[in-house]
Amino acid sequence: MKLPNNPLANIPIAALIGLILTTLFVVAAVFAPWIAPYSLSESVGDMWESSSAVHWLGTDNLGRDLFSRLLYGARTTMTIAALATALAFSLGSILGILAAVLGGWADQLMSRTIDLLMSIPTLIFALVVLSVMPSTTIILVLVMGILDSTRVYRIARAVAVDINVQDFVEAARLRGEGRVWIIFREILPNALSPLVAELGLRFIFAVLFLSSLSFLGLGVQPPEADWGSMVRENRQGIVFGVPAALIPAGAIALLAISVNLVADWVLRRTTDLKGGRSG
Amino acid sequence: MNLIVARLIAQRLALGLLLLFAVSILIFVGTMMLPGDVAQAILGQSATDQAVANLRAELGLNDPAWMRYLDWLGGILTGDLGTSLSNGQSIADSLLGRAGNTFFLAFWTALIAVPMAILLGLLAVRYQNRWPDRVISGATLTTISLPDFFIGYLLIYFVAVKLGWFPSVSTVYDGMPFVERMRAIALPAFTLTLIILAHMMRMTRAAILNVMQSAYIETAELKGLGGLKIIWRHAFPNSVAPVINVVMINLAFLVVGVVVIEVIFVYPGMGQYLIDHVAKRDVPVVQACGLIFATVYIGLNLIADVVSILSNPRLRHPK
Amino acid sequence: MSNELNFLTEQARRGRLSRRDFLGRAMALGMALPFASSVFAEAVSGTPIKGGLLKAGMQGGSSTDSLDPASWTSQVQFMFGKSWGECLTNVAPNGDLVPRLAEEVSSSADAKTWTFKLRQGVLFHNGQEMTAADVVATLERHSDEASESGALGIMRGLADIRTNGKYEVVVTTTEANADLPYLFSDYHLMIQPNGGKDAPDAGIGTGPYKVTEFEPGVRHSAERFEDYWNLDEWGHAAEIEITVINDPTARMAALQSGQVHMINRVEPRVVDMVKRLANIEVHNVSGPAHYCFPMHCDTAPFSNNDLRMALKLAMNREDMVERILRGYGSVGNDFPINGAYPLAPTDIPQREFDPDQARFLYERSGHSGPVVLRTSDVAFPGAVDAAQLYQQTCAQAGINLEIVRSPGDGYWSDVWNKEPFCASYWSGRPTQDQMYSTGYVSGADWNDTRFFNEQFDQLAVQARGELDQGKRALMYHDMAMILRDEGGLLLPMFNDYIEAHNNQVQGWVDHPQFEMMSGFALSRCWLSA
Repeated sequence: MKLPNNPLANIPIAALIGLILTTLFVVAAVFAPWIAPYSLSESVGDMWESSSAVHWLGTDNLGRDLFSRLLYGARTTMTIAALATALAFSLGSILGILAAVLGGWADQLMSRTIDLLMSIPTLIFALVVLSVMPSTTIILVLVMGILDSTRVYRIARAVAVDINVQDFVEAARLRGEGRVWIIFREILPNALSPLVAELGLRFIFAVLFLSSLSFLGLGVQPPEADWGSMVRENRQGIVFGVPAALIPAGAIALLAISVNLVADWVLRRTTDLKGGRSG
Repeated sequence: MNLIVARLIAQRLALGLLLLFAVSILIFVGTMMLPGDVAQAILGQSATDQAVANLRAELGLNDPAWMRYLDWLGGILTGDLGTSLSNGQSIADSLLGRAGNTFFLAFWTALIAVPMAILLGLLAVRYQNRWPDRVISGATLTTISLPDFFIGYLLIYFVAVKLGWFPSVSTVYDGMPFVERMRAIALPAFTLTLIILAHMMRMTRAAILNVMQSAYIETAELKGLGGLKIIWRHAFPNSVAPVINVVMINLAFLVVGVVVIEVIFVYPGMGQYLIDHVAKRDVPVVQACGLIFATVYIGLNLIADVVSILSNPRLRHPK
Repeated sequence: MSNELNFLTEQARRGRLSRRDFLGRAMALGMALPFASSVFAEAVSGTPIKGGLLKAGMQGGSSTDSLDPASWTSQVQFMFGKSWGECLTNVAPNGDLVPRLAEEVSSSADAKTWTFKLRQGVLFHNGQEMTAADVVATLERHSDEASESGALGIMRGLADIRTNGKYEVVVTTTEANADLPYLFSDYHLMIQPNGGKDAPDAGIGTGPYKVTEFEPGVRHSAERFEDYWNLDEWGHAAEIEITVINDPTARMAALQSGQVHMINRVEPRVVDMVKRLANIEVHNVSGPAHYCFPMHCDTAPFSNNDLRMALKLAMNREDMVERILRGYGSVGNDFPINGAYPLAPTDIPQREFDPDQARFLYERSGHSGPVVLRTSDVAFPGAVDAAQLYQQTCAQAGINLEIVRSPGDGYWSDVWNKEPFCASYWSGRPTQDQMYSTGYVSGADWNDTRFFNEQFDQLAVQARGELDQGKRALMYHDMAMILRDEGGLLLPMFNDYIEAHNNQVQGWVDHPQFEMMSGFALSRCWLSA
């Protein structure tokens, strides 16, 4: 395995666009209070004004500046979604691969626990959590991360089981390599591409999932809002051609595409990492 | 099918029953933990304390929780789902209709969405990083990142209101002619297809790309096979494991996760039914729905595992 | 009118002439446009057309619904119920009491003994004749101590219910109650065979429609009951159907694409856009319903009247009506009565938004730290938005309002009437006495402001037994003042009912008491040919 000298040297144009857009989103989120022309909660105009020099993207259902809300929303949305996805991923993929490598009763125990977790309706799960725990961002991230990790686990385990029986893993075992070495050196690199593809999508699912949990009252409290909730707030206008819902929805879509462009690029680089032919 | 698979299925079915039992306890405890009680919820904001107390007594809510659970369990084991606490209807009757509707919609959506996703995934690999790949990726990523109600509203607005091709109210009922029924589910099925397509398509693409680097693909290419044929015959079978898991996750979503679509299209499925009864703390109904959902997950996960094993010769015949 | 005009009118009545054709030809005969227009309207809506399937798409149904009137809480149940069942009395759109199953109502001089003379020859859908025994059984079922009825609260105070012959019912009350006949128009009190004691959810009543299909939370349908006693005025459509459409956008789409003829609860935000649509008519009706924020007067920090007053003054009511109701409503004055009630006080000064005074009182109250307001999307449409607007105006008065959004699930059992400050709504009651005795006297079942005021309670009892309307109005004035200045009710706005139907629907009459013509829309309207 060798790395090219400069990983950014021959970066494809699509990935470049993805990287630039993702960076822009992050910058917008970090510097929201300095960029935003208005506050996040103040009504500064009439409901659903169309875009103008004063309000670049128009106003929302309460007459608040949509552009400013979008910037502030970027913070909540991206932070929570990113944290939840990271948690779901580390938890799901490590446990999934571990289950595949250990096999036997350990695998059975973990897999059936996951079955159990998946089987409990999300609504009941969320309501129970809400009734026994304080409604904070951390709890929200934990709930999202744990629920999502069950899906990641299923995929990680399936991929790892396949790899675990390959000749090169057998060979490593015969060489006397330890489990940790096998997981991180043999299985993880070879399982990476499906996992990275899943990562890109899980992030988007997290953005959308966040809005339904906010709606239930778990986590983000008004007047703060994530992008999904902003779409929800303005949804009555959709069938009358009011663009207020379209704008946060468009932002989610753009974020989705740019994150996945980056994921695609990483995907190609991970397939390169495995050796074989260069892509 | 060989012995290993048969043994696995038998073992998992047995474990499945155990899991269902565990799920029913968890759901029961969960609903018990929720504040509010069925009598108060049924009678609503305008109920007097007296009326609530009377209803509690009548519904047997003054018995200890474990006793109510055992009662319910006894009923289930003898095939009796009981009656709804909130309106006294037979759960079996009303739930079966709802579940039937849910599976009907899920079935037809899956029938369109799954083959389409895999085909699109294959095409994306075949034309990797060229325009078909980009168009497929861009379009599916857009539909997946729009909230479900957003897609639903757009379709209602354009297809139902403006063009009038399909009804926006998808209420189906017993004795509805099949053609009418299909017309009714057209919009929700289309919406759901757009929602689940991207996930399956992208996993297909990624999983195939993962094996495309292997030596045997090179061999196949040297044999003179080209394009889609290599992908379909040689690469796809070896990337089934993650794909089948993603497909199963999405099929499960079609059964348990479509409540928003049901509400928007006024489709009488299980999602809204469950929410209504959770709101009323109607435990027997919530339990019955929970068992169906759990069966779906356990069953689909089992299928995914079996298919994974069958698709991999090394797993099929371990040393 | 000339013969020719008669002919035209007749044609219009039969639906053979469109409005435009009629107006054109009538004006050709020398008739002025406004007059021609009203002749047409009268011709078309004057004579109901029998037949057809009239469909409503409604918010407010759940798969847990039942046909037992005792259990009704939502508008779908009660609208369907008012199609197949009937009460002893009705309240007319102008607030007058009108007889329904009771032909005549009379009381003793002390307003404690009431006699209801029943209409004769009225049949239930099962063919039995409705008699005094059924009425007594119905009233008993809802007032029984072991009852689970939603009407149990209003049935308290009945001392005795008895038959007097086959067609007369005599009710005596423990205390004088001038409003008793109004109470019997409550939708829970549908007269059922043997009071529904045998089969409460059989769906058998005396109404103009009999139930054919009942799928809770999905679809209810009924067909005309051909033996109904008053088919001239009721039961025009041959069949009626309610589809439960809880999503507002879906409801509007169903109306626009013609899948239903009428819908309830049009969202204020889209009304202006809906009004621009051809073929759709929007009605906004102002009634007693209101959106409010009850505070518990017995719980700190709300036990301090300075703080309560500060919170009342920090509310920008005009802005609320403008932004939350889009003008389809009116400002509230911190007591739950408006012009929709008989004897409503008219000269009470309107409370205005006054951040400076609010700041002064807030500081005088000595409270520090955030004031927590709980809200939820189910509290009333736009409740979460309203809380955010309120948070802004509170900030102007130096009050730190913290919003907690609670799940819609369980809101009415765990938050409302439990938490000391939350968002809520009332749909109102037919009389002031009922409104106050349900929510504001010390012993009220839903005293959601924990308001305990002796003077207020005494006035309520006096007013209830007072038959002199002038004196009664004065007492209600005093009660409103007490509640406004000392109570825990923060009432920023009365909301209009906004509903819409397409232009096939005829015979619509706005009814301020409750939405969808107080639930009679399906049994009173008809489809134009």
